[in-house]
Amino acid sequence: MNQMMANGTQTHTLSALVANKPGVLARIAQVFARRGFNIDSLVVSPTRDGNFSRMTMTALGDPSGLDQIIKQVNKLVDVIHCSDLTDQNIVVKELMLIKMRIEAELRTEVLQVAEHFGARSVDLTDESLTMMITGNSDKLDAYVELCKKYNIIELVRTGKVVMARGPKET
Amino acid sequence: MSKNEISGGEAIVRALENEGVEYLFGISGGSVIPIFDAIVTTKTKIKMVLTRHEQGATHMADGYARATGKPGVVLVTSGPGATNALTGMMTAHMDSVPMVVMTGQSIRPMLGKDAFQEADIFGMAMPVVKHSYLVRETNDIPRIFHEAFHISASGRPGPVLIDIPKDVSAGVCSQDARADMDLPGYKPQVPPDHEAIMQMAEALSKSRRPVLLVGHGALISGAAAQVRAFAEKMNAPVMTTFLGKGAFPETHALSLGWPGMHGTAYANKALCECDLVMSIGCRFDDRILGRQDLFCQKAVKLHVDIDPAEIGKMIQPDVHCVGDAREVIEELTKHVGRLNTEEWVEHLANYKKNFPLKYRKTGGLKMQHVIDELYRMTQGRAVVVTDVGQHQMWAGQFYRTDYPDNWISSGGAGTMGFGVPAAVGAQFGRPNDLVVCISGDGGFQMMNQELTTAVIHKLPIKFFVMNNHYLGMVRQWQELFYEDRKSGVDLEGNPDFVKMAEAYGMKGFNLKRPGDVKRILKKALDYNEGPCLVNAEVEKTDNVFPMVPAGKPLEDMLIARPRHKLDKPTGST
Repeated sequence: MNQMMANGTQTHTLSALVANKPGVLARIAQVFARRGFNIDSLVVSPTRDGNFSRMTMTALGDPSGLDQIIKQVNKLVDVIHCSDLTDQNIVVKELMLIKMRIEAELRTEVLQVAEHFGARSVDLTDESLTMMITGNSDKLDAYVELCKKYNIIELVRTGKVVMARGPKET
Repeated sequence: MSKNEISGGEAIVRALENEGVEYLFGISGGSVIPIFDAIVTTKTKIKMVLTRHEQGATHMADGYARATGKPGVVLVTSGPGATNALTGMMTAHMDSVPMVVMTGQSIRPMLGKDAFQEADIFGMAMPVVKHSYLVRETNDIPRIFHEAFHISASGRPGPVLIDIPKDVSAGVCSQDARADMDLPGYKPQVPPDHEAIMQMAEALSKSRRPVLLVGHGALISGAAAQVRAFAEKMNAPVMTTFLGKGAFPETHALSLGWPGMHGTAYANKALCECDLVMSIGCRFDDRILGRQDLFCQKAVKLHVDIDPAEIGKMIQPDVHCVGDAREVIEELTKHVGRLNTEEWVEHLANYKKNFPLKYRKTGGLKMQHVIDELYRMTQGRAVVVTDVGQHQMWAGQFYRTDYPDNWISSGGAGTMGFGVPAAVGAQFGRPNDLVVCISGDGGFQMMNQELTTAVIHKLPIKFFVMNNHYLGMVRQWQELFYEDRKSGVDLEGNPDFVKMAEAYGMKGFNLKRPGDVKRILKKALDYNEGPCLVNAEVEKTDNVFPMVPAGKPLEDMLIARPRHKLDKPTGST
């Protein structure tokens, strides 16, 4: 999950606990955009206490720039806290739906591949098959790789969600 | 409305009263009529100052805030009224000035439908405010206003926007609506870390050539007395930044004036030679650093700032302490003693003697001469408000500031047009102090309509227009770096500013000869029937020195005009 690029940039996984109100996402997105960081994936959902939301973001960039971004995000009044979880002791999962054009004769083979990855079918027609897979991002990447030889119609990934291991809150 | 209810407008006025607001600066408009109406129906003591432009209103609030330390409050309408206020919010944001800006907004069912005078000011203002609100329920007014004022003034201050749909201000608010704050993510201030303070004391004790770099943050925290005690106890030289002027007396033997692009030669030389630089509420602005990677390369760097996001943003400190400047310095002073700095102080005193700020006393009228004389004739006691440009740098150089909150200038934003309205706001806040406004002919004309506000309220402000018929700072750059190709800087065709002053109902004075400076200044300073204006026809093509070309290290400071051709600067503006 910690992907180091040749130019020193790195994929970072950030988690933020924020107020669940309109405009918060825009404020955070502005901090990233202004400093030239692209948010690769973003998951936002309310926490158990509906007044707050949990955001999990991945972004590619050089670590020092990201440090400043985290400080600026933490400064936002609507942000309770934001931290870089890259290399921390965390559970990271992602979910993907992948739809392929599969004729009946290939169906068994595709399902065998799926079984190997723990993917399962969620929709089936005469011409198509939609699989759902969860796990860490590398596993999803590997599964996509194998599916490429079939006819992929579309795929959608949720982006990473993370949680600290053990009893402490993320 | 039942007995237990008040209108949204009334709730707003009550909330402002609860925050101790004295003045509102602004202009009415369709979507704020319910609030303007409540100002009348509630018979509030808060005074509404009707400006002539919304940008003027924001700078007035800004000047008021810088002069008093209390949030300045703005009330303008939706759409263009709100967008006109953006420049003022950005100016306040860059310089950490507490301000609460209320904008009217279309009614809730029309939001996002391109209603008449609808502007998404909440979205537009995001990067230039400390926080912002779009009030969605009338009952939220007491809480939102309480939070807004708290956020604006606490920690590192800044502007807060409250966007108020007309049907919210026209709606009903329960008298029981709570004003309790709900800000779980807001931690404006943390107590200083003792360990960091001890490390700073240790680093200071080893230093032979320290300098204290004292910024606006020290003024905001009210730390002038603490900084002075700290510096005197250690016998450490002090430079105050351009916005920190007044945090330490510039006439003090340990003062080096201000450093940076147009700062004093001795301050910049001190930064080049020091073995320790300690920032107290200064954010290492690019005007101060010169070339960032070469700034104080060999010196130990200490950084005290209330804003954790400033630590390491420009300069990576060896030791930092997040906290309020006054608290940190008070504590740190207990752990330091007199340093072995005799030689260093003497060395810098020689620099002060050999590289003083100066100007030619011969030839035509010079801005420096006018400012220098103004400084003497007011015994350095005036509240000085400037605009942006050459005159601003010379005002900073020649009007030395000995007292906190007596220097008001747009630093980070460099907003031309700031001077006139900010002076009006400052005079409202400090009715018993002498307020002088120093502008250039460019910036003056960006906001001169606010002279009306000064006249109507009979504010005895002395407005100086340093008239060189140029956008002088840009012309200076074109002369130095672009082979004197003047482009977009010629202000020939200016109106007659004295006649203009008279048209506004003010007294105006022309000042053209160096020999007349004292006489005209005396007339202006003695004038007591409202504001007056001095149009100083100064030399057209004088240049500000010292100068560190943008992007160059401080070592490359130019003390006077060089004979050789200069490269185009690599740094920003």
